[in-house]
Amino acid sequence: MSTSVLYDAPGPRTRRLERIASISVAVVALGALVWLATKMAADGLFDDRWLVFVDPPKGQTASDVWTSLFKALGKTMSAAAVAAPLALVLALTLAGLRTARTRWISGPATAVIEFLRGMPVLLMMFFGLLAFGLSAYWAVVFGLALYNAAIVAEILRAGQAALPRGQVEAGTAIGLTRGQTLRLIQLPQVVRLMLPSLISQFVVLLKDTSLGFIVGYRELLRTMQLNYSFFGDEYRLPLFVAVLAIYLTVNITLSRTAVVVERRLGAGGKTKKKARNTPSGGGSPTPASKQPGVMLDE
Amino acid sequence: MDSVIEALPRYWDGFTMTLYLAVVSGILSLVLGTLLAAFRVSPLRSLRFMGTVFVEAGRNTPLTLVFIFFVFILPAAGVILPLGTTPAIIALTVYTSAFVCEAVRSGINSVGVGQAEAARAIGLGSVQTLTLVVLPQALRSVVPPLINVLIALTKNTSVAAGFAVVELTATGRGLSRDYPADVIWMLLGVAFFYLVITIPSGVLAGFIERKVVFSR
Repeated sequence: MSTSVLYDAPGPRTRRLERIASISVAVVALGALVWLATKMAADGLFDDRWLVFVDPPKGQTASDVWTSLFKALGKTMSAAAVAAPLALVLALTLAGLRTARTRWISGPATAVIEFLRGMPVLLMMFFGLLAFGLSAYWAVVFGLALYNAAIVAEILRAGQAALPRGQVEAGTAIGLTRGQTLRLIQLPQVVRLMLPSLISQFVVLLKDTSLGFIVGYRELLRTMQLNYSFFGDEYRLPLFVAVLAIYLTVNITLSRTAVVVERRLGAGGKTKKKARNTPSGGGSPTPASKQPGVMLDE
Repeated sequence: MDSVIEALPRYWDGFTMTLYLAVVSGILSLVLGTLLAAFRVSPLRSLRFMGTVFVEAGRNTPLTLVFIFFVFILPAAGVILPLGTTPAIIALTVYTSAFVCEAVRSGINSVGVGQAEAARAIGLGSVQTLTLVVLPQALRSVVPPLINVLIALTKNTSVAAGFAVVELTATGRGLSRDYPADVIWMLLGVAFFYLVITIPSGVLAGFIERKVVFSR
């Protein structure tokens, strides 16, 4: 079924062998899982500690536990929801300044982007917290907004480089100023082109809110910790599993959205992108090849 | 400013710790990530499935949560790891290898089908095709994104600051406590040491990327 370059379509014999090998690997893996589960059971990890979600001890109700977790998810989301638009606005500004004709403007803009991009988000949060005396919440927002502004500015630049030159030339030809061309002609196309990358970067931003755990913002992870220090150490595992599930659900949903958006924008757009870029050679990386780099650049 | 110079030895200790974390977990995650990529392109459906589950989980879990798992959760479940760098290296490796896997896999997918067909035509088996023909080419086009992954890893080592490892960021936090008058300078010093690693690596990645594009 797979269209890999690594092997040609298997014949009936190979297919049979592959199926046998595949099933035996699966059996071994399942065996390892079963072994792990029995060992965990023997260690008493499946006792009534899991009831913390149904009937928790210490006079708490199940809804207390769930409310605290989902309130914390709200706090995580709120940091992301405030930081993301800020990052976008800053990114537009930085990307715009970077394309300025005068070196006096584009140079510093480039320097700021490179500076912000090369630092860990956590360090930037410490800047907010320790150097500027922000509260934990605003330190998280500060770090996320600045860092992601630099990354998004780079995404926008990659998209701009991928647009055909004719777009700008057409703008100039109908008498638009540089600013108008940028705003009215390039920007809408760039955002459309790079929307999947932008959504992926939002997932990264959402994941990075978890650094609030270190900075002292009471988000999902910190709340998980507060919960298990209240209920006792044996509740660490169940609470961790719940938080992991919450994160995976939210992030995988968002990542899927990015894939759907990419597909909606059409395979047509994709082939055009490639065709546009081949002549320009080494100058501008294709967004297709740029995307993984940008996405990973967290 | 003077206090920054005074603090240079501590910066240096933090820098070497950051470098140590980045290099060790970098090498480990390159190995594990390549192995995972091999899983994900294998003809065996069960191997592909396991690779996919690992990568999806790794890419959608925050690194801090991975750290919490190895530092707080595993010990509570009876698996005691030595404190300090060991859980940090394991967490960074597990997290980064998912990204290495995706970079390598997209590199494998970028190799033309004709290459594999040629390899099959001269009678190489699937393992030989992979190790002698496809991987050498894939790895070359995969170097720039891999460098980007490693840059991200270097920055991610800062998360260890929250888990009892005194690397650059933790050093910065300690220094701003000890020199409350110069907090901005102290943190800028930390930023400088990160940029010493990340900016040259980024330039290198861009350089190799252009080279590879020209050779195609």
